[in-house]
Amino acid sequence: MRAGRHEWAVALPLPLLALLSGCGGIQTIGGREGRDAALINDLFTLFCIVTGIFFAAIMAFLFAAYWRRRGWRADRMAEEDERLAAPSRGGALRVGMFLWTGAVVGGLMGLAVASFFTDRGLAHPNSDNKPVVSIELTGNQWWWDAKYHFHDPSKDFRTANELHIPLGAATYIVLKANDVIHSFWVPNLAGKQDLIPGHLNDIVLVPTRAGHYRGQCAEYCGLQHAHMALDIVVDTPADYQRWVARQQQTAPPPADPQARAGYVYFMNKQCSACHTIAGTPAGGQVAPDLTHVASRATIAAGTLPNTVGSMHAWVADPQGVKPGNNMPYIGLNADELHAVVAYLETLK
Amino acid sequence: MSSPWRIEGNRLLPSPPCKGGARGGSRRSRPNTGVRGLASLATHPLPLPFREGSFALALALLLPLALAACDREQRDMAGQPKPETAAFVAKGDPRAAEYENNAFHIAQGQRLFAWMNCSGCHSHGGGGMGPPLMDNKWRYGGKMEDIVASILYGRPNGMPDWRNKITEQQAWELAAYVRSLSGQSRKDALGARTEEMAVTPPQSLESTERNLVAEKPQSPPGEPQ
Repeated sequence: MRAGRHEWAVALPLPLLALLSGCGGIQTIGGREGRDAALINDLFTLFCIVTGIFFAAIMAFLFAAYWRRRGWRADRMAEEDERLAAPSRGGALRVGMFLWTGAVVGGLMGLAVASFFTDRGLAHPNSDNKPVVSIELTGNQWWWDAKYHFHDPSKDFRTANELHIPLGAATYIVLKANDVIHSFWVPNLAGKQDLIPGHLNDIVLVPTRAGHYRGQCAEYCGLQHAHMALDIVVDTPADYQRWVARQQQTAPPPADPQARAGYVYFMNKQCSACHTIAGTPAGGQVAPDLTHVASRATIAAGTLPNTVGSMHAWVADPQGVKPGNNMPYIGLNADELHAVVAYLETLK
Repeated sequence: MSSPWRIEGNRLLPSPPCKGGARGGSRRSRPNTGVRGLASLATHPLPLPFREGSFALALALLLPLALAACDREQRDMAGQPKPETAAFVAKGDPRAAEYENNAFHIAQGQRLFAWMNCSGCHSHGGGGMGPPLMDNKWRYGGKMEDIVASILYGRPNGMPDWRNKITEQQAWELAAYVRSLSGQSRKDALGARTEEMAVTPPQSLESTERNLVAEKPQSPPGEPQ
């Protein structure tokens, strides 16, 4: 029975190991794929090592004290105390106290200095003044509205819930909010920054490894807070330029009859009151830009993978997929639904 | 001496026993008034309505009443057409009360008011190109059904029809908000905070003029007031 309990105690930390599998991946606080994230992680590692050493030292003292005390006899304690108070022992104790206090002060000072340098590094994300990519990101309940700005304003474009940023350059993101406070958090790349209504915030991303990462609203913002995710794709500069060139194009007129029927429905019904498709009469500004919706990885801010099936589910009844979001139930019949989805699928 | 209590500084103290003939005959026969009168109650059995058991029972019977207040916070998000409602907005539509007395719908209506640029003509209810919405004058009727009909089907002299731009539910939500602009919503249905960025104090804090509720006789459509 006793042996069984011990086995159980040994097995206790094993489930904790499973938690480690959460480290690594497209959304992890252990990520080092951005300059800021790497700086913060280095500082965290340093803190862990220093505090770990001190923790081990204190535990060693504690157990040493337990160990020494064991087996002592009360009638001999006065004798022992006398021995401890002897001038030679007193000198050793004093030296020990000085050493220990010095180590604590030195350790804390070291952590403070390291923290200062990390902060300074975070504050100067683009010290060599290379050109930056400029994005205006607005938080809404519950999606992300992104506007890419260029020196030539005619090249500006708008997209939603998916950012592409180039590798090896700084991306400057201005953060705004339309309704409540949201928070921008792509843990693989950088720390958090809040999006506050009526207030401009900013954050700079300097990715150091290409890949697909996931961001998440990190400030509770209402019913569908959990479904307010953001795809971040770090492209090589060439890929990034190709993506930008593609996004700057307007939507092509639909070719096949079903997509054309969908186009007619979209332009003449509720869809176009809220959504924009560049190059068409649809110019609503209160919902995600759909000019290149079919090229994105997910729909409804990371709620569903972007497949034809989930697009049908979404358009047919948005409130069933993501209750409380601001896309209303329209009530399309089957033909209209197929037509609209066929049109949306042409918006690559 | 009308109250059994007197205030001394900031302390509430029992009044000295009442003297004199200001009270009715039945009171004069009882020497103990004020706190000493209350204390004597404790030693005698209480009349039935104040006994513990029946009091708890009455409380339990009252509790379901509190549930009646919950519909104000109910969020009907799907907004799917209900079988009992006709396609055209009829008088006495059951949706009128449902939308007008619901905090969520009023808040959503306020969002839509901004999103659909109603302020472009109605200027936050103050009026401009379009008539003001915060007074007690209604050209085409000020009932929920009338406002929904104005929104969905348009009116002469400029009000466009929104039939294919917004859903029917959104029209009802807008109407609920428009009614709240002139202080006609139930006060407990108004949100203490809006879903929008707040630039004005919440409506529940404003002293709404209740006299706006009195509706004037409607003039026939098209006739200017």
